Amino acid sequence: MSDLNRAAPQIVACPNGPLLVRGELDLVTPEGDPIERKRRTIALCRCGVSAIKPFCDGTHKAIGFTTDP
Amino acid sequence: MARSQTLMGPSTFSDPTFSARGPLSARLLELLRSAPGDDVDLLPLADETIDRAARLVHDDDVQLALFILYGLHYGSVVDTDDAWEWHPSLIAPRRRLESAFEAELRDNVPMPELPESTSSAVASALFTLTGADSGPSLSRYVAAKATREQLAEFLVHRSIYTLKEADPHSWAIPRLSGRAKAAMVEIQSDEYGGGRPERMHAAIFAGTMRGLGLDDRYGRYVDHVPAVTLASLNMMSMFGLNRRLRGAIAGHLAAFEMTSSIPNGLYARGFRRNGFGEDVTWYFDEHVEADAVHEQIAGRDLAGSLAEDEPALLADIMFGAAACLTVDGWAGQHILDAWTAGESALRVPLEPGAESSTPGGHVASGSGS
Repeated sequence: MSDLNRAAPQIVACPNGPLLVRGELDLVTPEGDPIERKRRTIALCRCGVSAIKPFCDGTHKAIGFTTDP
Repeated sequence: MARSQTLMGPSTFSDPTFSARGPLSARLLELLRSAPGDDVDLLPLADETIDRAARLVHDDDVQLALFILYGLHYGSVVDTDDAWEWHPSLIAPRRRLESAFEAELRDNVPMPELPESTSSAVASALFTLTGADSGPSLSRYVAAKATREQLAEFLVHRSIYTLKEADPHSWAIPRLSGRAKAAMVEIQSDEYGGGRPERMHAAIFAGTMRGLGLDDRYGRYVDHVPAVTLASLNMMSMFGLNRRLRGAIAGHLAAFEMTSSIPNGLYARGFRRNGFGEDVTWYFDEHVEADAVHEQIAGRDLAGSLAEDEPALLADIMFGAAACLTVDGWAGQHILDAWTAGESALRVPLEPGAESSTPGGHVASGSGS
């Protein structure tokens, strides 16, 4: 467990989708207040239309968001 | 509360929470009240039941029989002697029924074109398949129109799987290896609350049921749901419990997760519109965020890696995904057809009292009317 926590976080840029984040990092507001992280692996919105930003809510699929690749 | 009862009389088992729907399910329920003993040949009765059924997916006796037989592995479906779980007399008819059910599914589920066996091609094909799903939109109906009585009916349908949420796919964990196994465990760990039992999705759903005045004990509403709702869970149990079908269970989970975030947002809207609070909507809100994560893991790391590591499973991965969309589409259509005709979507209406227990809730006058 401690090894897992020490490992550098990994961010997967999912094609046409969110940024999938594994590993420990500080997720904070601009004021530095922590944003609650409810699960070990999280998906961060990168299409801009999620209703639960900074997290992904799957809406990128409804608006035809694409990335290259 | 199953326990070993071999030396005790059958009367110590509690009555099933549901009734038989034909000769085969009646025979099974009768047998399970006794102690396991000599072999009983149920194959002739299983064959007759299969032959008589027009469509296995809609046949009440077939689907309830499968539900009872798979239920021996899950527990808390029929109170019986645990030794029945692996009794050859019950394994034999289960295999006969599930083979016929699998054959019918393979005949009726439209197969998508197969992508290349690479992780990214498979993920992309699964997102395309699930995105093009033109099935009935139960979620849009729930968001905009469903009454409190219909919301209770919706939860009753969902309870057959959701009070055991994630369990059918967990059968696949030791049947997978490497990257696909790691991905499955990453998803399932979240489904089971990440170590916090109160956040287990099945437990959150039980809270939603209580919030509508429903009984959250497993199996309480089996009599109320049609065969196709049981078929949806039976299909998952079959895919999960047969190592040969590990591709199908991986594809099933991917399709399930990929068609979850947006509908759950709509379900939450429907419950809020009817005045329910966060105790009830937590389950749906949780799935908006969780399944946006899970669909990425399930597409690339679970189904995609499995196809890359075992290309022979590619067709079954896509079959499992298509089967999820097709069968859940049939189940959703059944509910929508009933509601739009002004009828109950249940076989047996709910007793008055459900969906009325929230503050400000009106007194229910039965369901579906």
